[in-house]
Amino acid sequence: MRTFELKKLQYLLIAAFAFFLLESCKSKGTQSAASGDASKAYVAPGKYDEFYNFVSGGFSGQMSVYGLPSGRLLRVIPVFSTDPEKGWGFSEETKPMLNTSHGFVPWDDAHHPELSQTNGEVDGRWVFINGNNTPRIARIDLKTFRTAEIIEIPNSAGNHSSAFVTENTEYVVAGTRFSIPPDDANGDVPIDSYKQNFKGNVSFLSVDPKEGNMKIAFQIRTPGVNFDLSHAGKGPSHGWFFFSCYNSEQANTLLEVNASQRDKDFIMAVNWKKAEEYVKQGKGRKQAVRYAHNTYSDKTHSATSTIETEITVLDSKELADLVYLIPCPKSPHGCDVDPTGEYIVGSGKLAALMPVYSFTKLQKAIADKAFDGDYEGIPVIKYEAALHGEVQKPGLGPLHTEFDNNGNAYTSMFVSSEVVKWNVKSLQVLDRVPTYYSIGHLMVPGGDSRKPFGKYLVAYNKITKDRYLPTGPELTQSAQLYDISGDKMKLILDFPTIGEPHYAQAAPAALINKNSVKFFKIEENEHPYVTKGEGQAKVVRDGKKVHVYITSIRSHFNPDNIEGVKVGDEVYFHLTNLEQDWDVPHGFAIKGANNAELLIMPGETQTLKWIPEKVGMFPMYCTDFCSALHQEMQGYIRVSPAGSNVPISFSMGKTPAPSAAK
Amino acid sequence: MNKNLSVPSRILVAFASGALIAVFFLPAWRIDLFAPQYPEGLSMYIWINKLSGDVEIINGLNHYIGMKHISADMFPEFKYLSYVVIFFMLLGMTAAISGKRKILLAYIIATIIGGLLVLYDLYRWGYDYGHNLDTKAAIQVPGLSYQPPVLGHKRLLNFDAYSFPDVAGWIVVGAGVLVILIYGVEWFLHRKK
Repeated sequence: MRTFELKKLQYLLIAAFAFFLLESCKSKGTQSAASGDASKAYVAPGKYDEFYNFVSGGFSGQMSVYGLPSGRLLRVIPVFSTDPEKGWGFSEETKPMLNTSHGFVPWDDAHHPELSQTNGEVDGRWVFINGNNTPRIARIDLKTFRTAEIIEIPNSAGNHSSAFVTENTEYVVAGTRFSIPPDDANGDVPIDSYKQNFKGNVSFLSVDPKEGNMKIAFQIRTPGVNFDLSHAGKGPSHGWFFFSCYNSEQANTLLEVNASQRDKDFIMAVNWKKAEEYVKQGKGRKQAVRYAHNTYSDKTHSATSTIETEITVLDSKELADLVYLIPCPKSPHGCDVDPTGEYIVGSGKLAALMPVYSFTKLQKAIADKAFDGDYEGIPVIKYEAALHGEVQKPGLGPLHTEFDNNGNAYTSMFVSSEVVKWNVKSLQVLDRVPTYYSIGHLMVPGGDSRKPFGKYLVAYNKITKDRYLPTGPELTQSAQLYDISGDKMKLILDFPTIGEPHYAQAAPAALINKNSVKFFKIEENEHPYVTKGEGQAKVVRDGKKVHVYITSIRSHFNPDNIEGVKVGDEVYFHLTNLEQDWDVPHGFAIKGANNAELLIMPGETQTLKWIPEKVGMFPMYCTDFCSALHQEMQGYIRVSPAGSNVPISFSMGKTPAPSAAK
Repeated sequence: MNKNLSVPSRILVAFASGALIAVFFLPAWRIDLFAPQYPEGLSMYIWINKLSGDVEIINGLNHYIGMKHISADMFPEFKYLSYVVIFFMLLGMTAAISGKRKILLAYIIATIIGGLLVLYDLYRWGYDYGHNLDTKAAIQVPGLSYQPPVLGHKRLLNFDAYSFPDVAGWIVVGAGVLVILIYGVEWFLHRKK
């Protein structure tokens, strides 16, 4: 009886296995459904998500905020690109945020958000993100979910290995992807003089521990390689920063061939505590440069852009013990430090293995001078001397690694389109799951900090092809959520993203949502053109300039009838939203304006500049459905010819006398 | 029948009338409004000499239906209510110090009349506020008025309105109940003498 039962069970198992094989043979493409319990990604209507997920917008230049595990898009924060929807880069107040040493730049490519940390743990105060094309770093304030500061990086081109932070947010770093002649050198040189004239750079920006304001503390001048990614040391390795670099061949053309010649490129280890000492001792050289530093104030509701003119440069060739190079196979991309701070993972994107370095061994190698010569004056550490071990055959095209709270690492494999889970100490591969398709970055909440939260992993994919309904030749990129609470990773959700998602970060909602500002207090509004009450609304002519001090409150503008504006005037609508309640923004638009709308939060003042070019009647209205009488929230501006003598006048709620028409 | 109060009763009467001081530090009444768009609710607190809470937001909403702008000027009571409370406190203290039951009875009757007057006053204000609407209001529903409840719950268009005493109000009610109980106990203990 018993044996019979067992046999029956055996048959059943065999049948199930055969079925599984059949299924797995055809389970490609859209057929590949969730492997895990999809209800784990379900967040009921009206319920909050467990995590905030900050996702880079890539070539959109912005940063999106999703809820996890639902994948609901909560907000797109304009950072480096103009956003007419929010007036970002269009209102007079926000234009200075996009100022650079090249003037107003309305776009960038944002890759790597990084949450601020305290004691190596995410603290939910700010997110930093890099602008890749015109090298910049932005700081986003998580009280307002708005960009609070943008600083340009001199001597750089392609700020890719950024914006990663040290464990107490002492510094946020930048590194140049392109080596170029320094800003104060003559850049008008033959391109093939690369080896003589082109230099690399990594920058350390100090962050004010209270207010968050950034300042370029120092730059380290390096040989002319290409910096790719970076991560700070933590715990025992706090005080060090690790940058991956490729093109140690120093090619200036056809890099896909010419920068893939050497068997090994490098991970550059920077002793930034040493750098601080050198700066203190005055070993840095003052270099004349020009870079923009833009800050936004929630008091004046305005941005200020300042052009800074000097930085301190430390030369990696001349200053001993500052920088070391660790060989890393085949054009390393990701450079990730595990939660203990002991292990550093290099991901050579063309390599068939992944080296894991030990910080302890690295220190010993430096002490023992276990060097393999030097690279332009920088000691190159013997590969084996710093090596903890290699992950053998992890997959094809390893890019980035994140960590959980159980000593495991998760590496994205671009070419084989999968996530591979492996143990950091034993280097054994434990599990692998496919991604759809061509994963770039991946993210575990807190996964690059000392305290990962585990639970979920999100893969950010470059290609979606047949995953969603087609939308012509341009398709969305995607995020895929995996449940990593068990031994096996399980796909539970798949959602589209904005732009191209590169790196992302996530933090428990409780760290952030309690600090979220609901509206700005009108009595604290220090905008120079604020109108604190309808009684103060007015229109003032100052030569060719007309300043309109206008207010909005449900459901009217004050004034809503304006006359005396002439063709060619520079009209500034300084709109103050007098509401003092949560979620009551007003919008403002004028027919024919050559910019965008304003979207003004309660208690805030924003300014729209308008140069009327035609005589006539120009309606204005509220664009954000604010109340039952939103559609009535409108007004008119009369535009007269340039030489007209119609005087400035303004009103609201005035009904005409029977024969008032002129 | 003994005309004087016992010492414990006098202490309690003193305590009860002293407790009225709470109205100077805490709101006496509250009106809470909930609507689909206001799941977190809007609250207006009525003190003896001022208003607080989301008054401006409520005003912003109520102008659609032509209700008056609520402000402290609407309540002449705010100018003299403090003196009324001081009077009650002094009367209570006099009852406690003198120990005279008649004064206590006077205090109780005055409290009951005062309480009823407060409710009537609230009703009168609510009636005016809810009925006396701007004829140019954007939203006019024929025959509909928006008088808030004096006490308890009432549905006003999309709002659920609740009107109840706030902390200081409850203290006043508690103090009133306490002195009535004391009077009752005194009466019961001395009824045969």
